[in-house]
Amino acid sequence: MALVRIALAGEGGQGVQSVAEILAEAAYNENKQAIYIPNFGLEQRGGVSIAFIQVSDNRIGAPKFNKADVVIAMSQRAVGRTAGYSDSNTLFVYDDGFNIDPDELPKEAKQIMGLPAINTANNELHPRVFNIIIMGAVIGLTKVVSFEAAQEALENKLGHKFEKNPDLRELNHKALEIGKQMAEKALKEGVAK
Amino acid sequence: MLKVVDETKKAFLTGNETIAWAALAAGADIMFGYPITPQNEVMHYWTRLAPKYGRGFLQTEDEISAGFTVCGAVQAGKKAFTATAGPGNVLMQEPFGMAEAMRLPLFAIIQQRGGPSSGTVIYSQQEVTLTTFGGNGEGYRVVYSSATHQEIYDYTIKGFNVAWKYRWPTFLLGDGYQAKMREPLEMYNPEEKGIELEPAYPLLGLPGKIGEDREPQHLCNIYSLEEELYDVVMNLSADYERVAPELIEWQEHSCEDADIIILTHGVVSRAADDAVKALRAQGIKAGYFRPITLRPYPTQQLREAIAKSGAKKLLIAESSYGQFERLTKQEIYGETIKIEHLYMPGVGIIDHDIINKVKSVL
Amino acid sequence: MITPAVPKSWYLPSKPHKFCPGCGHGIVLKALGEVIDELEIQDQTIFGCDIGCSLLSWNFFACDSTQTHHGRTTPVMVGIKRARPELISIGYMGDGGGYSIGSQHLLNAAVRNERVTLILVNNTNYGMTGGQMAPTTLPGQKTETTPYGRDPEITGYPTKGPEFIAQVTPDGAYVARATVSKYKQLKRFLRNALRNQIEGNGFSFVEVLSTCPTNWRTNAQQTWHFLEDEMEPYFPVGELKSPFSKGGEK
Repeated sequence: MALVRIALAGEGGQGVQSVAEILAEAAYNENKQAIYIPNFGLEQRGGVSIAFIQVSDNRIGAPKFNKADVVIAMSQRAVGRTAGYSDSNTLFVYDDGFNIDPDELPKEAKQIMGLPAINTANNELHPRVFNIIIMGAVIGLTKVVSFEAAQEALENKLGHKFEKNPDLRELNHKALEIGKQMAEKALKEGVAK
Repeated sequence: MLKVVDETKKAFLTGNETIAWAALAAGADIMFGYPITPQNEVMHYWTRLAPKYGRGFLQTEDEISAGFTVCGAVQAGKKAFTATAGPGNVLMQEPFGMAEAMRLPLFAIIQQRGGPSSGTVIYSQQEVTLTTFGGNGEGYRVVYSSATHQEIYDYTIKGFNVAWKYRWPTFLLGDGYQAKMREPLEMYNPEEKGIELEPAYPLLGLPGKIGEDREPQHLCNIYSLEEELYDVVMNLSADYERVAPELIEWQEHSCEDADIIILTHGVVSRAADDAVKALRAQGIKAGYFRPITLRPYPTQQLREAIAKSGAKKLLIAESSYGQFERLTKQEIYGETIKIEHLYMPGVGIIDHDIINKVKSVL
Repeated sequence: MITPAVPKSWYLPSKPHKFCPGCGHGIVLKALGEVIDELEIQDQTIFGCDIGCSLLSWNFFACDSTQTHHGRTTPVMVGIKRARPELISIGYMGDGGGYSIGSQHLLNAAVRNERVTLILVNNTNYGMTGGQMAPTTLPGQKTETTPYGRDPEITGYPTKGPEFIAQVTPDGAYVARATVSKYKQLKRFLRNALRNQIEGNGFSFVEVLSTCPTNWRTNAQQTWHFLEDEMEPYFPVGELKSPFSKGGEK
């Protein structure tokens, strides 16, 4: 596969970095080249958290990029912070459960779409798995890793928590599936428009 | 020594974690360190792993102490190392200078962050001057500028060996991006690759009875007369220059018929490699040259690459405001090739940055 | 709409501040702000901060402020006071900036009885860099560089800063330890410390025991427990030296 560049952004504490790490690890487990790098500033907590993931069959160059193939902004502030990573080739995704000011959205994008991830998490699953829904959405949008590889990487990272509470495993797997379907549906509808 | 890696295996780690594993595999006995971003995780991993392998650790009161405790430990014959960044690197110039003067096999990892002063905690290539020629000496150092996690692993092992074989303070010059990013690499035990670890030996606390078996060791770094110092410095320089050819490492490709040679080091060379390939695909004859050792610099090799290419221009791209260019110019003085530069201090450089610059200067 | 009362000496554009939820810095800086207001020294105050979490206070006050290097707040504030004695020089730092990399400066400023006021916030770890051991980390306490618990055999025992400062300072110095769990006392000690500088008596130093749930990985209840039931017994709260009261408040 050719190089895929993904920027994931959200509020500190939403689990952006965890999801990015798991995705990158899943890609690595499938013998792909993968780089994951967090942005990091001074504060330990708070602020917008951004993760940069690149996946490719070939050796990857610079660890960061100026324009992404896919941007997923998981909060209001994240939209403004990541709009600059979008150009005419970018699929810019935001969570439509937040009040996004249309001026904050990127001026240039291949497609801008809203996903109802936070509302789905709150109403159908659990607020805690919001970031896992997003992870499923990334897979649905980019096919950057197989669903199975993602599940396995998720198990590696969170398996110890699932041992203590097996319901969590089901919840997380469901979230992953729902996220993937949500994204695939949105893609279809977006193209149809 | 307990095997660190059971067998050669792939791993997906951050640069900082890679350093901890590589230092273990290299046989490092003890690490001294002080917190400063972005190298903290080297200590976090080392303190968790070290007890299993009988290695030591001390968090010192500051970087000056971390550097001097390493100097002490290597004088006593143990493989010691430290890691730092930014202002910490500034403070460590005092002990690094002592290591130069006394030929101490110190190994240090530098994870460059934005400067000057506290700058940013994130990334830069602004510690080139400091790491190659810092302190009040003549730069008797070996400096490797890594670009991939595989190189971080390989050159950490090599760094310890080079330090103990040649006895110059030796550095792995990384940066905050390499420190914090995750990418695949292969971890191995040096023996499996036919790499022999240099033995450590003490300069102090030697075996034997003083007066009978041996003389007392009197180590110093200060001299009474100008002439004494002159001899010391001339001898150090001669030793350094004599072994430099054995230490030099570099990478080059596509220079033979290049119109423009792109000169980069460290992580930026990844973008340069992509840029050269893209430019060539567009019919632009770009060449790639990357010093791996900044000290000693591959001067001869760069002169040759310039000569045989007939290139009209050299483009130097760095995440600093000219530190790598100044180092290069002092090394290749006399070359008449026109030098262009892309300075992006404290900011990452991607292939498009280099491609656009090449097009604007050609 | 009710606006909470904030000190006049606070700089509103930098609020809400960037300290973590549950961090004690906000409490200390509120007490300090109120004291600066009450003493009416806002215009003469120079506020200096270190690297680390104290760094986040660099634009906290509506006072002239300077950010320094790690451990170098003390000498910078000394330089300011020596150059312009009429200014009120307040240095703000953490346990690392004061007792580790900055310890030689702190010790020497104390010995010289410099007429500055240094406030050191002690949360037993290096917060901003991710929770490494600090000089004040308690025996057995787990941190990123003592993952198996601090072993005093290897790293020594926690630094009791006010105790050694009280020993080396001459008369006229003010040395105290406060805690964010006792706000009125904290204010009183800060006020005495600044009064000590205003009157030109000598060095003034206040360590404040504080919380760091982020790196302690504690919830609210566990955080207060660690502060009140572990830290306060180890680091006794009170005035160790005071020109204002014989014996000092204990």
